[in-house]
Amino acid sequence: MDDTTGKRTPLYEEHVASGARMTDFAGFRMPLEYTGILEEHRAVRSAAGLFDLSHMGEIRVAGSAAARFLDGVVTNRVADMEPGQARYSPICRPDGGIVDDVVIYRRQDDFLLVVNAANIEKDLGWLDYLRRAWPGDGGPDVNPEDVVLEDLSEQTALLAVQGPRSQAVLEKLADLPLDGLPSFRFLEGQVGGHPAMVARTGYTGEDGFEIYISPEAALPLWRAFLSAGGDLGLVPAGLGARDTLRLEMRFPLYGQDIDDTTTPLEAGLGFTVKFDKESFVGKAALERQRDQGVSRRLVGFTMLDRGVPRRGYPLFSGEEAIGSVTSGTISPTLGEPIGLGYVPSRLAAPGTELAVGIRGRRARCRVIKGRFVQPGTASR
Amino acid sequence: MYPEDLRYSQQHEWVRREGNRVRVGITDYAQQELGDVVFVDLPQEGTTLQSGEAFAAVESVKAVSDIYAPVSGRVVEVNQDLADRPELVNQDPYGAGWIAVLEMENPAELDELLDAEQYRELLER
Repeated sequence: MDDTTGKRTPLYEEHVASGARMTDFAGFRMPLEYTGILEEHRAVRSAAGLFDLSHMGEIRVAGSAAARFLDGVVTNRVADMEPGQARYSPICRPDGGIVDDVVIYRRQDDFLLVVNAANIEKDLGWLDYLRRAWPGDGGPDVNPEDVVLEDLSEQTALLAVQGPRSQAVLEKLADLPLDGLPSFRFLEGQVGGHPAMVARTGYTGEDGFEIYISPEAALPLWRAFLSAGGDLGLVPAGLGARDTLRLEMRFPLYGQDIDDTTTPLEAGLGFTVKFDKESFVGKAALERQRDQGVSRRLVGFTMLDRGVPRRGYPLFSGEEAIGSVTSGTISPTLGEPIGLGYVPSRLAAPGTELAVGIRGRRARCRVIKGRFVQPGTASR
Repeated sequence: MYPEDLRYSQQHEWVRREGNRVRVGITDYAQQELGDVVFVDLPQEGTTLQSGEAFAAVESVKAVSDIYAPVSGRVVEVNQDLADRPELVNQDPYGAGWIAVLEMENPAELDELLDAEQYRELLER
């Protein structure tokens, strides 16, 4: 039943033994669901969920010019980050297309970039190219030998505890000053007796933690969390729930809602592009797009007619085909279908009525403003 | 799991003969593969269908699956309960989770469907 191709996380056997339904994702065999996407999704919104995210990539950026290098590579600001701080940023191509979207962790002596599993090789290649490139060729103005890149993906496992009770769950296994840890900050310490980097970050819109550990610690900690968190409502949650949770928050998914052909400005990620930085890869192209206005935008929409939008379904304005759905599902929280897709900017205003082609029929939808679901305590 | 009195299609629909009519739904295997069903796109009563034609769709959180007419005929009844309670497809696929009743055009088409044993063999392949 379960084929054995694809890379595995240290928890693969544990997932299979627990009866999880497995799926292929970014070259890995990953748990899609344990007891069901709806139940897992609701647990994360109301209590807590435990995710195995060990497929994610980790790239260490070190050396005396690491900060200046990253500041010249990513669109967000890096230079002012303090140790213990994390920041979300796209990495762009010179034409403004998104190579990847990453979270940058500023440690005492280096940076850790957490990257999408499907992009590890691509990111490493791009960063290494930019490290060696002359500034005139688009690279930051650094000496190549002052930047060290290291792929730590194989040496790093990642568990996420997400949901309003995640701090209570984590406190059962760790004696860490979590009350004083704001969103997008992290600290290093022991969790269940294992050295860990604990970050108040996530992809669900809820309060939560991402816990970076060694692969050897993954199984004992996974079991320790489930046994310690059961009373608090903690359940294992798969990639299915991760997808519905992020989509309710309108967080874009790389490879689906954003990719090499879309820019941060088109995707609504303008807040991550710091035009006042002296230079970064893609700055000129993005400035041009900003000044001329983007021709298309990623919008969120809900349905006026029955039907569920799915990735690839066409979008219409009247009779005109204007784009396609990049992500769509039924929102478990709302009980209603939701979707994302690129449309011409003139049709991107909230309230605009469009239609989705669903199995040969046109189902009306309406562009919404903001998130589909308001985040819980994630804004702390 | 696969009642002996039903016939089955290769696409995981089941059929229960009721005189000149058949009641149609999806099998236990199909509902498990789909996961939580959250919406059923039901056909219009009166629609005429050819065997093999997509006539309904079952949506789970993660995917959509077309439902094909196991035999040719006319839709004479649809399960309106599924509009409010699509989860019936998961909870009771052979009972309250039925999808539609078709008036058969050619009852001989039933012979082309699988019996329970053949369907189990299909799943084991």
